[in-house]
Amino acid sequence: MPFLSLHDAIEAHVADGASVALEGFTHLIPFAAGHELVRQGRRDLHLIRMTPDLVYDQLIGMGCARRLTFSWGGNPGVGSLHRLRDAVEHQWPRPLELDEHSHAGMAAAFCAGAARLPFGTLRGYIDNDLEHANPRVRRVDCPFTGERLAAVPALNPDVTILHAQRADRAGNVALHGIVGAQREAAMAARRLIVTVEEVVDALPPAMNAIVLPHWIITAVVLCPGGAYPSYAHGFYARDNAFYQRWDAIARDRATFADWMQRHVLDTPDHAAFLASIEKRAA
Amino acid sequence: MTPATRDEWMTVAAARMLWDRCVCFVGIGLPSAACNLARLTHAPDIVLIYESGTIGTRPDVLPLSIGDGELAETAAFVVPLPEVFAHYLQGGRVDVGFLGAAQVDRFANLNSTVIGPYESPVTRLPGAGGAPEIAAHAGRTFVMLKSSKRSFVDQLDFRTSAGYGSGAGTNRGARGGGPRAVITDFGILTPHPVTHELHLSALFADATVDEARAAVGWPLAVTDTVEQVPPPTDHELHTLRALHARTRQAHAKSVVLPIPRD
Repeated sequence: MPFLSLHDAIEAHVADGASVALEGFTHLIPFAAGHELVRQGRRDLHLIRMTPDLVYDQLIGMGCARRLTFSWGGNPGVGSLHRLRDAVEHQWPRPLELDEHSHAGMAAAFCAGAARLPFGTLRGYIDNDLEHANPRVRRVDCPFTGERLAAVPALNPDVTILHAQRADRAGNVALHGIVGAQREAAMAARRLIVTVEEVVDALPPAMNAIVLPHWIITAVVLCPGGAYPSYAHGFYARDNAFYQRWDAIARDRATFADWMQRHVLDTPDHAAFLASIEKRAA
Repeated sequence: MTPATRDEWMTVAAARMLWDRCVCFVGIGLPSAACNLARLTHAPDIVLIYESGTIGTRPDVLPLSIGDGELAETAAFVVPLPEVFAHYLQGGRVDVGFLGAAQVDRFANLNSTVIGPYESPVTRLPGAGGAPEIAAHAGRTFVMLKSSKRSFVDQLDFRTSAGYGSGAGTNRGARGGGPRAVITDFGILTPHPVTHELHLSALFADATVDEARAAVGWPLAVTDTVEQVPPPTDHELHTLRALHARTRQAHAKSVVLPIPRD
């Protein structure tokens, strides 16, 4: 489990065409890693996230994705993800295949993937059109009771990328607060990259907290502020004002492209990105 | 105090449907305001669950997202997301689910996925999120939705969450109790006990049956006696407006990262 720079971790472990899950349910969204995928010009990615959020709005708008597995695609509390909408409604900048679920279905798919089972089951997708829209939602009969249940194929991303509060020097990672489906997305992955706010000599006592042990992690990256404009509980708050401003930035193709050029493509790394939006002196 | 707006009427009417100690699965927007208004007025021990895994949360300001830090900091405890859906919701441990949508039909089925055909939508909406399984498993659901001919429709473009399907005789196939009320900006619709079709059952003070009929895209039936919703009290309005004022202030706050210069 090596410590790598973000550049080297993405270069070594995320190939064009890979299935990639940048998880984090509102909290601990790995924005720095998303920006690095854009800087390195990754193409044809199969993006997986319960809530695409701004991080996938950016990747989709920059033409990095060919397919999206998701369960809720809005800007939380604000409105639309305009780049996601433009891709689905107008195939701009390229068409985007959708693999659409409900939260409960996608959570079951991550749990199955983490346990290396072929599918997850739930009492879900009941009497609605989602199973007609997505041929990967199917039915299975319980072998004991005969009850008909929904089945969703396991999610096993080529690479899962998470952001967490801290790692120790051996590369064990601890995260706390709202933890979403991060643990399941981590255990389901073939490779796991984790960016962290800080590296410490010893992790705090963590009975029942979420610890990802060093032997399941492919690379740890020290990346302070790596979740911004999402947040890292105990370090900095969610920048709700930025999430509101994003609506106007992303609504227009040219405004969006200009923002991405200035703040992502023209900055060499995440520290420079934060400096460029005046969140940190470079 | 200035008179209540229609949004405030909706929020207050929805809050009054909740009771103390009930376990309530909360969505962002009007439902979040209604649930927290209930907690700050008549239901201090209501248990609010947000799908981000925060349980028994008591936020001082309304969250912008379903996973703001405020929700975790003020929660009784926080669980991983798969547990919220599997253990609490599917496990039958949620009394009330609140749902919003872009479209509702006469049997309280909801669309939050697309306007137009799924493969080539005119408007791509955010999608399902937690809604289909909340609709299926909560003990009862309340729907909050502003009215127009585009939102109260005869035929949904897409059924994201099932209400009463095609009406009487439909096997819901779900264990939850289904929709009990649709709270909208002229008043409240409730399902007929036999046919399950939504009827106009209550009006806000300055709304009329004609206005309701004009706002709904199917021939709206009316219950024998349409009640008048009692107007928001000064206490309810004051509490709600103070909550929104605190929320606006908090969401505008600039975030600076505590990262030292290199």
